[in-house]
Amino acid sequence: MRYILKKVLSMVLTLFVVSLCVFLAFSLIPGDPVTRMFGTEATPELIAQYREKMGLNDPILVRYFRWFVAFLQGDMGISYDYKIPVTGMLAEKIPITFTLAIMSFAIMVIISIPLGIYTAKYENGIIDHVISVINQIIMAIPPFFSGILLTFVFGVILRVFQPGGFVSYTVDFEKFLKYLILPAFAIALPKAAMATKLLRGSVIDEAGKDYTRTAYSRGNTTNGVLYRHVLKNAMIPVVTFMGMALADMVAGSIVIEQVFGIPGISRILLSSINNRDYPVVEAIIMGIAIIVLVINLLVDIIYRIINPRIEVES
Amino acid sequence: MGNIILDVTDLHIEFHDHDLPETVVEDFDLMLEAGEIVGIVGESGSGKSMSALAIAGLLKRHALTKKGKIMFDGTDLLSCDRKTLRSYQGDEISMIFQEPMTSLNPVKKIGWQVEESLRIHHKEIDKKERKRRAIEMMEAVGLRDAEHVYNMYPHELSGGMRQRVMIAAAMIGEPKILIADEPTTALDVTIQAQIVNLLRQMNKDKGTAIIFISHDLSLIRQLCQRVIVMQKGNIVENGNVEDIFRKPQMGYTRKLIAAIPQINLS
Amino acid sequence: MKRFLSLFKKNKATGERNTYLLMGVILTGLILLMVIVGLFYTPYDPTKMDASAKMQGISLRHIMGTDNMGRDVFSRVMYGSRITVVIATFTIIIGAGVGTIIGALAGYYGGMFGEVTMRIIDAMLAFPSILLSLVFVSLFGTGMYQVAVALGISFIPSFARIVRGEFLRCRNMDYVEVARLQGVSDIRIIFVHILPNIVGVLLSSVMIGFNNAVLAEAGLSFLGIGSQPPYASLGKMLSDAQSYLFKRPSYVISIGLVIVLMVLGFSFLGEGIKRIPENK
Repeated sequence: MRYILKKVLSMVLTLFVVSLCVFLAFSLIPGDPVTRMFGTEATPELIAQYREKMGLNDPILVRYFRWFVAFLQGDMGISYDYKIPVTGMLAEKIPITFTLAIMSFAIMVIISIPLGIYTAKYENGIIDHVISVINQIIMAIPPFFSGILLTFVFGVILRVFQPGGFVSYTVDFEKFLKYLILPAFAIALPKAAMATKLLRGSVIDEAGKDYTRTAYSRGNTTNGVLYRHVLKNAMIPVVTFMGMALADMVAGSIVIEQVFGIPGISRILLSSINNRDYPVVEAIIMGIAIIVLVINLLVDIIYRIINPRIEVES
Repeated sequence: MGNIILDVTDLHIEFHDHDLPETVVEDFDLMLEAGEIVGIVGESGSGKSMSALAIAGLLKRHALTKKGKIMFDGTDLLSCDRKTLRSYQGDEISMIFQEPMTSLNPVKKIGWQVEESLRIHHKEIDKKERKRRAIEMMEAVGLRDAEHVYNMYPHELSGGMRQRVMIAAAMIGEPKILIADEPTTALDVTIQAQIVNLLRQMNKDKGTAIIFISHDLSLIRQLCQRVIVMQKGNIVENGNVEDIFRKPQMGYTRKLIAAIPQINLS
Repeated sequence: MKRFLSLFKKNKATGERNTYLLMGVILTGLILLMVIVGLFYTPYDPTKMDASAKMQGISLRHIMGTDNMGRDVFSRVMYGSRITVVIATFTIIIGAGVGTIIGALAGYYGGMFGEVTMRIIDAMLAFPSILLSLVFVSLFGTGMYQVAVALGISFIPSFARIVRGEFLRCRNMDYVEVARLQGVSDIRIIFVHILPNIVGVLLSSVMIGFNNAVLAEAGLSFLGIGSQPPYASLGKMLSDAQSYLFKRPSYVISIGLVIVLMVLGFSFLGEGIKRIPENK
């Protein structure tokens, strides 16, 4: 319990630091937000008036706390370009991106765990060699290219996938999920390849340790040793990897959404980066940062459950 | 002649993981009576651990050839199928190892590991009874506050305590034979004596025969009636411990005896 | 040179050949050859449009066909590979350079300084690198050099972490203690005594870093951030080509394959270097 409390505290602290960095970075870059908002219509009086109204003349730390408190209350500021609250702009998009990341994660887990165990169990067998070559190739294919290849195979050759046929979850949830399957595979494949390779190596490492000999000496079968003794130990590094992979998938969705024309946060993020619409960029980055931190916290908790040694190590 | 429970004849073990086959055990014979303690002594690389692993059925099946017979309970452990072998492992023949630090699974609770043999071989025993026996066994090997230790993990215990846990786990099925492969080498001298005493007590209380492997003749002298001296895969002497101490036949044995003080000091 | 060639022979002790290294050298060699030749010669002017030769398929005249403006795809790939390789190189120079220094200092001195540095590094590592680079791009702007700097900064943490680990391992070794007793300065110990001993690990991470840098650059330019027209890097070309997937799949796939081969080459090199016996 104390461990979890410690981790939560450290998460809050990191969030604080991250938010401060993000805020300072976007406040200190040249360019006045008011001028940015009004463009050529900006007159000195207008600028002075809005600077006062937006509190831009206050000390930077005051502005930071105002911004951070508002952010925690769900107020992410106003978009320079669209002049509407950022929260509203993102509210509909986040579930799309999040669903995509979760689906990718599920695919990675479903593929890599059985495959990693199998290739470790039959180490140096034909299938192990074939899979390790396939893994190496898959890891070299950038997700956006595998997305294009998947579109080509399933959309052009097999004609079972309708490119650009995205349906929002508010319209038809089933069709929404169906459309996301291919993009999720594009995101998941390289991670699944890495996880398979990692788990295979980890299982082989653990299988060579002394405690497996003890387990055999008690009359365990090979599968007994593998599933009751080795697997839990072997999963320890894999859990860490998968946590990082999930965080990567949230970010990786940004690219894949572009490939498949999915209207998630990607489009807004890119256009706001290109147009320097900073409140939107800040909000998205903070949003992803929070997601990443929460994922890390969950990983730490799961890690603690499967690895009792952690208190001694830290 | 008492009741012979284990009869090893002409055991040969050969490795094949290099270009030339390498013989690690040759012409190994061992007869073990019920309730007896036999020592095997030799330098590292003398083949003593290999012989022990062969008896426990723990030699990996590839990259080596084994010849000879290991007769236990009317079965040849060397040629029987794996299922039969497994039915003896942990139930009739148990083993403890040199490194108590790494021989326990780091992510499983102590109790779970102590009970494992019962769980595998005696499915008829229910959970509650299993736990009762585990705690009883843990108390018998001198683990204080066994209820508490039951829920601990290996890293929370000292080396000596872990070796006691290993012994508890090995003894829970009340095996006929316990093979102890250098069980005290990794421990402090004071703990060594405690573990040796514990093994002697187990032998007396449960009637378990023990094959005690060590490079330390003084420990063997404390514990065993009979000793086998091995060198480079061969048995060079075999007989009563005191006889061998009084008039060793081989220069090698004399060297092992001469080495005792140094080992105890280190 | 002789020593270099001997790396590809069968290892006498294990009887294994370092296939990864061989394939890595061949693939990267081919890519670099294409980039270097592209400096002096391309089959066509990569920017010259030809309205009469739009969207041609693969042929002897255009080995990767032509694009929607009639430009020769292979010539553009030669040019685009150069941009990708240059950005990746800058990224690695910044990432490995700064990362090594930070990692070396944090590992060698340890203590409070090392602890705080690593906390920051770990926090940065927890964030997906593409997101980190997007943050920096949005701060610095979206040109080619900005992208190189943004990617470089986001690559610093992983190098710092690896180098720190190695320095922690090395700092109490006998040869370091001896040097210290002889009064050798810390800076000299770090760069002259320890650093050469971790070159193998570093080189292998540099190759894997290259592989990741190519992927990251391609990802960013695919998103339209980075190199500017008319010269596009491979990722940008791929995203331009994507809309013609139905009309002329070979256009898209040939560009994608070049990226894959480039990444594969560097990852084989990294894996191969790791398997050189001295580096184990």
